[in-house]
Amino acid sequence: MEMRPSSPPPAAVRRRMYELMTLMKAADDRMTKGITTGEFIAVYFPHRGQEATAAALGAALRPTDQLVTTYRGVHDHIGKGVPLVDLFAEILGKDIAPGRGKAGTMHIASPQAGVMLSTGIVGAGIPVAVGLALAAQLEKADRVVAVTFGDGATNTGAFHEAANMAAVWNLPLVLVCQNNLYGEKTPIGMTMKTKQIADRARAYEFPGVRVNGNDPDEAYATLSEAIERARAGEGPTLVECMTFRFRGHSIGDDMVYIPKEQLADAEAKDPIPTYRARLLSSGVCTEEELSSIEATALNTVEEAVKTVVDAPLPSPESLMAHVYANPDKAPV
Amino acid sequence: MQEREMTMLEALNLALDQALARDERVFLLGEDIADPAGGIVGVTQGLSTKYGHDRVRDTPISEAAILGAAVGAGLQGFRAVAEIMFIDLIPIALDQILNHAAKMRFMTSGRLSSPITIRTATLGGMGMGTGATHGQTLEAWFMHIPGLKVAVPATPADAKGLLTTAIFDDDPVLFIETGALLGTRGAVPVDEFSIPFGQAEVVRSGNDVTIITYGLGRPQVLAAADTLAGEGVSDEVIDLRTLLPIDFPTVLESVAKTRRAVIVHYATRFAGPGAELAATITEELFSQLAAPVARVGAKFAPIPQASSLEAEVFPSVAAVVEAAHRTMSGTAEALVR
Repeated sequence: MEMRPSSPPPAAVRRRMYELMTLMKAADDRMTKGITTGEFIAVYFPHRGQEATAAALGAALRPTDQLVTTYRGVHDHIGKGVPLVDLFAEILGKDIAPGRGKAGTMHIASPQAGVMLSTGIVGAGIPVAVGLALAAQLEKADRVVAVTFGDGATNTGAFHEAANMAAVWNLPLVLVCQNNLYGEKTPIGMTMKTKQIADRARAYEFPGVRVNGNDPDEAYATLSEAIERARAGEGPTLVECMTFRFRGHSIGDDMVYIPKEQLADAEAKDPIPTYRARLLSSGVCTEEELSSIEATALNTVEEAVKTVVDAPLPSPESLMAHVYANPDKAPV
Repeated sequence: MQEREMTMLEALNLALDQALARDERVFLLGEDIADPAGGIVGVTQGLSTKYGHDRVRDTPISEAAILGAAVGAGLQGFRAVAEIMFIDLIPIALDQILNHAAKMRFMTSGRLSSPITIRTATLGGMGMGTGATHGQTLEAWFMHIPGLKVAVPATPADAKGLLTTAIFDDDPVLFIETGALLGTRGAVPVDEFSIPFGQAEVVRSGNDVTIITYGLGRPQVLAAADTLAGEGVSDEVIDLRTLLPIDFPTVLESVAKTRRAVIVHYATRFAGPGAELAATITEELFSQLAAPVARVGAKFAPIPQASSLEAEVFPSVAAVVEAAHRTMSGTAEALVR
């Protein structure tokens, strides 16, 4: 895909992306604080640092478009419009969670918001997204499916099988790689010779493009183009969004494997203050508007956490519900 | 219901044909399934010509993507019937069965599901020399997956009725076809019909011993039953038809009557389905049993190439007869094995 110099997205989109990014950051800060202080116990994979790509994807997709993401997916969920109470309740396994305590951080789905699957199995969501895109094609719907995954997932067989199948069937699929330079705790230089993950698309004869995934404007432009390509029946695109993960693989990760200078450099390029400064200097938002967006995000997160922390756990009697649609004679 | 004599292969084809005709949300995907190939042995012959290549869809040799695509389409309300040519190939794609298809309903508390049917085949017992990677009987693995159902038909009519149930069941189903049985003939209802899962068939009634089996065990057990009948032993034969769920009420009712049970399968005897059956029979009927439950299954060895060795792996008719004798001859001797 040609990278065309493009004008920035409309002001309303840019403001929306900043709102989403601040909400994602506030959510990640609050979950991290709650777990590290012992306020609550949860498995959680922080996305701090990767907000720009998720905000751009959320802003570029239509409400009717679908998304498949991963265990590190809370930023993607917020971008696609999953309510915070639902997210926190899933993470803490509360009865008010749509999954009623049977999903957890790694398995959040919200069909109303178009989030059809979050998988804890690296790479496994990509073939499922192929099936969702096939469904859209068979229904002749103008729906697009986006699937996000990390750099490590592109070393799985599932990625390559799915990319090939999406190409062969010319499916309305956008493959969004959030390249944060580490597959769990191993730097990508040790796990692939490929210099750009975007180049992997060339093997399957569809476009692959690398963007600065910390720049919401750039990511939005490229993702929008890929989404509309898919919608127009022109097939899949791989978008590699370069980013960084500030808090390691999961809460409690000591990050000894990340050079201090690399982390410091990434934090200096934190996408949120960077974008804030741009919106201010380009006159898209005033200082008052930005402060208001940030305060709203903090309040929204705090209210949602309070609701969820106070909510009960599911009752033990609900265990066997939904193992089967038809459990006649099934083992117990 | 009008019936017609046909092979199991033809019965499977007819079930797929009728499912495609009944519901446009049904589609088939797999390797070599479209015409002119029409499947590796012809189960899907003619279906892509009749329903188009969109609905009877050839795929790359990509098992993980085949089942992943089936799961994804299922999330959107399609009823995908995915073919994995042989059960030996399923491990390549097991993640999609174990971690996605079988879990979606549970993890979303019923908001999403993937009611896929995975058609696959075992070549075990055919004596074709397909060897260690193309002749296995692995159904017991899948009995450890909550959320999944497992069907193993042994007759043409059961193949048709159970496949129809599998496709329209709202739970994911592993449907295991038996290569050695695809050519068997029998009377099959011509119109669409379904056989409920968890409903065993009492194939033959008797009073002395219950022999429980499924799949390729069925013809073998019936051959053994003829021998036993000649000796004056009145045996009852049960074909389970589905392994998940298992029709325990029918099994227990029969064993309560005969007080003796033999379980026969091509899966390994060690940790095979027979272990679960024997344990349940013993738990429920211990005080009524006249002898320990006997199990006949495959030896714990990879499947060899030579027909003389393959015959040694899988249970023989003589082994079934001998197991029945053990249950008939008293407790002490029955404990030997």
